Amino acid sequence: MSILRRVANLFRTKQLNREIDEELQSHLEEAVARGRDPEEARRALGSLLRHREASRDERLIVWLDSLRADAVFGLRQLRKNKITSAAAILSLALGMGLAVAGFRLLDAFLWRPLPVAHAEQLFAVARQGLGPSGDFRVSEANEYPLFVRERAAVCGEAELVAVSYSNRAELTFKTDDEIEKVERQYVSGWMFPAFELLPAAGRLFTEDDDRTPGEPAYVVLSYEYWTRRFGRDPSAVGRTFRMDNRIFTVIGVSPKGFTGTEPGTMIDVFVPTMMHEGVTHSDWSWFRTLAILQPGVSVDTVREKLQPVMQAFHEERAKGFKTEPKSFLDRFLSQKLLLEPASSGLSGMQAEYRRPLVVLGLLIAMVLVIACANVANLMTAQAAARHREMALRISIGAGRLRLVQLLLMESAWIAAAASAVGVVFAWWAAPFVVARINPSNSPAQLALPLDWRVTLFAALLTFAVAFVCAFAPSLRVSEVEPAQALKGEERQSRGRLMLTLVATQVAFCFVIYFAAGLFVTTFERLAHQPTGYSSENLVILTASAHQPQPPPVWDEASGRLRYVPGVESVAMAGWPLLDGNGWNGFIWVNSQSTEVLAYFLSVSPGFMDTMRIPLIQGRDFRPDEVFPGKAIVNEAFVQQCFGGRNPLGQWFEKETGDGVTRWRFEVVGVVRNARYRNMREPMTPTAYVPFFRTNPAGLSEPEPKDGGSFIVRMRKGSPAALMGILRSEVSHARPELRVSSIRTQVEINEAHTVRERLLAMLAGFFAAVGLLLAAVGVYGVLHYSVLQRQKEIGVRIALGARPFDIARQVTVEMSFMAAIGMGAGLAVGFATVRFIASLLYEVKPTDPSMTITPILVIAGTIVVAALPALIRAVRIDPASMLRVD
Amino acid sequence: MAPKPDTLQGSLDLLVLKILSRRSPLHGYAIMSAIQDISADTLRVEEGSLYPALHRMEESGWIRAQWITKENGRRARVYELTISGKKQLGIEESRWKAVAAAVNRVLREA
Repeated sequence: MSILRRVANLFRTKQLNREIDEELQSHLEEAVARGRDPEEARRALGSLLRHREASRDERLIVWLDSLRADAVFGLRQLRKNKITSAAAILSLALGMGLAVAGFRLLDAFLWRPLPVAHAEQLFAVARQGLGPSGDFRVSEANEYPLFVRERAAVCGEAELVAVSYSNRAELTFKTDDEIEKVERQYVSGWMFPAFELLPAAGRLFTEDDDRTPGEPAYVVLSYEYWTRRFGRDPSAVGRTFRMDNRIFTVIGVSPKGFTGTEPGTMIDVFVPTMMHEGVTHSDWSWFRTLAILQPGVSVDTVREKLQPVMQAFHEERAKGFKTEPKSFLDRFLSQKLLLEPASSGLSGMQAEYRRPLVVLGLLIAMVLVIACANVANLMTAQAAARHREMALRISIGAGRLRLVQLLLMESAWIAAAASAVGVVFAWWAAPFVVARINPSNSPAQLALPLDWRVTLFAALLTFAVAFVCAFAPSLRVSEVEPAQALKGEERQSRGRLMLTLVATQVAFCFVIYFAAGLFVTTFERLAHQPTGYSSENLVILTASAHQPQPPPVWDEASGRLRYVPGVESVAMAGWPLLDGNGWNGFIWVNSQSTEVLAYFLSVSPGFMDTMRIPLIQGRDFRPDEVFPGKAIVNEAFVQQCFGGRNPLGQWFEKETGDGVTRWRFEVVGVVRNARYRNMREPMTPTAYVPFFRTNPAGLSEPEPKDGGSFIVRMRKGSPAALMGILRSEVSHARPELRVSSIRTQVEINEAHTVRERLLAMLAGFFAAVGLLLAAVGVYGVLHYSVLQRQKEIGVRIALGARPFDIARQVTVEMSFMAAIGMGAGLAVGFATVRFIASLLYEVKPTDPSMTITPILVIAGTIVVAALPALIRAVRIDPASMLRVD
Repeated sequence: MAPKPDTLQGSLDLLVLKILSRRSPLHGYAIMSAIQDISADTLRVEEGSLYPALHRMEESGWIRAQWITKENGRRARVYELTISGKKQLGIEESRWKAVAAAVNRVLREA
């Protein structure tokens, strides 16, 4: 009660003072009224001021009062120097905003536990070993029959849950015209109970919903999708829709906040695993296995129980391998089972972006340090300018701690204002970056709540920044010697501290610039990587049919497209190059297995022409040629399978996948290498095969197809509006075909450099910000040092020093510190470059151009930033300077 | 220099509380006068220390104050005892008695 009242008193000190004065006044009046001499009475009462202080100290908490006074004073100081304060706040706001935005991203992507019960007990079952081509890999993909055995083996110690890799599915609620694309995840029926999640509407799956393959066709909608698609209408439960030619029924809605187990993807519909074809296949790896450990059960116990189960399963499977090379078998059987912590979920995007995001976080931290150094320097300079005020405060009894408190309050104001602006910036920046992760047609989706984690981070950051910024000026203040300061003798502090801060700024600036240079070069090299074909003016229409359609249907649609004005040529392919799809197999030559893993693509005649992939030898497919039988191979294929010999008329074989039979192909043509999988790998050996297959039923007409892509080459300068016409042309020609996506080849190619583009863009932005802030820092410090030494400079000029000498004198220390900073930056840059090596492509950090450019740019910036102070120093008028004081 | 007449350390609170328990509300000057009058000028309250003491006791919740306007039109801040002040008075009184008894015993028996 009393403490509360005192704190309340803090905010009415004025009134309190008045009350005390009035009471003492009434005391005096009373004394006089009783006949005492006014003078004597006043003397007896003593100093009014002392009374006031003594009484007030009783009624206030002294310290809190001083804090309040300092806060008010600090604010007044800041308002007095409006421009410098605004500059400090803005630069710090940028740094802090970036930091908060970075934290939101990193937290949402990597750290935030899934909103499920016992998230800390969640592990992913992974296997580690050598992949088919001998590369070390850790894979989380699992096979369902193995999963069933694994689950039984650890029953009681851990619950295993299967969650599929999310994929895009098409569903229609009414007619086929209204196709919606959704993110779908197959999950074990017992996942929701194991995670202790409760439905937002309807009910969630239970184990009973996940017992028989192919049953039941139920889905649970995610809360997000329910909100977006149905406006949280409870009647959505019970609705039916068509997906993959089956009718599904909505049985419920998952709770708010649970968006699946893959950070970066928000699941729209959950389907029981039993609805996935793969549950009966021992060779389909299509889901991740999450283990929820019981309390007190160690990771090793579970791992040791799972390892032999996997081993036995693999040995059984290996018996079926007849054709695989021996090395493949050995690798297959020597895989190790791992349990990886998965409390914040697992996703491919997470794996791909973990390192880039951490790197960006570190770069942000450096920008923040640069900004903090600026504010610290600014405050140090101001503290120096207030030298006499500080000295006066000390000599009338202020403790040095109290002065530090004063500075702390000032920097607290700056930090608080900066964090307010910064949080607004982060509000916008974090979603901006998320939208740029992944290709534009399926951007990453991330829940970015502004919850207590973010708030706590922002608060801690504010405190930390306030302390860091106040640290340097505090050191300065604690050196103040009142006697000398008041006499007007400024102790010639050389401002070492400020120069050290500038060196730090230069060092970090260099590191950021260096990293940015590496990322930008990587992006440029990748983006300009030759693909082996001409991507310009290529439009890809991907079409599908409910029922497989015979070749005439596809040919007719293709023919109609060719007659659209502006279309130069049309071909068909299983999928466009570089779109992420792949079909591969080991190649046999002369009935001997090889270790060559080649990639296959089914294409129609005219594909090479349309793509502009040059034919070196042989011929294109003929319209009547069907798969298997003939093949056109690329140069890499010739090199690796035929040792560079002329392959025309030669035969090779590919395993069909059943472990016994093989398809035979005769090479009819050789084309130049073209990129199939991605931009980074060496060109893969590739075989192009005919688009249509022989009919398994033995009919003469080839097998009907249910999907494919039309590759359309437009004439140069064709309007983009034509794309819409192409889409409708396909369904006009053949209503059986639906165009599910329409993309340009350029878009598809760019999807491969999204990560590099993001890194290059953000790192470049940070480099620019860092450079700007460092320039401000250099300018400020030099300006201050010239101001501080203007008397001395004046004397020198009066004694005949030439401008050059003055300039040298002013800048020599700064240049020295900048050089030290650059050296430190170089060391840090080279020491840490290994960490980002995996993100780079065809760029060597040791390449001189990678280090010389930042050095030149930073040095140039420093010179420009130093000029105003230099000019000021050289122009000092000795006469007026010596008259001062 | 002779010792000041009010050097009864720590007894100011007791005296103020006691006065206020008999006749209240009283303003500061009246409290001071009352102590002087009753002790026949033996105890003099130093005016400088009275108000801080009053404010301290007010903060401790033993006494409460309010502004009144007297018949002559002047405003005055008058004090009265609270319930916790009454308790405190009891404590202070018994403590004083114990000290006085101890001092007396020393004087008698030494």
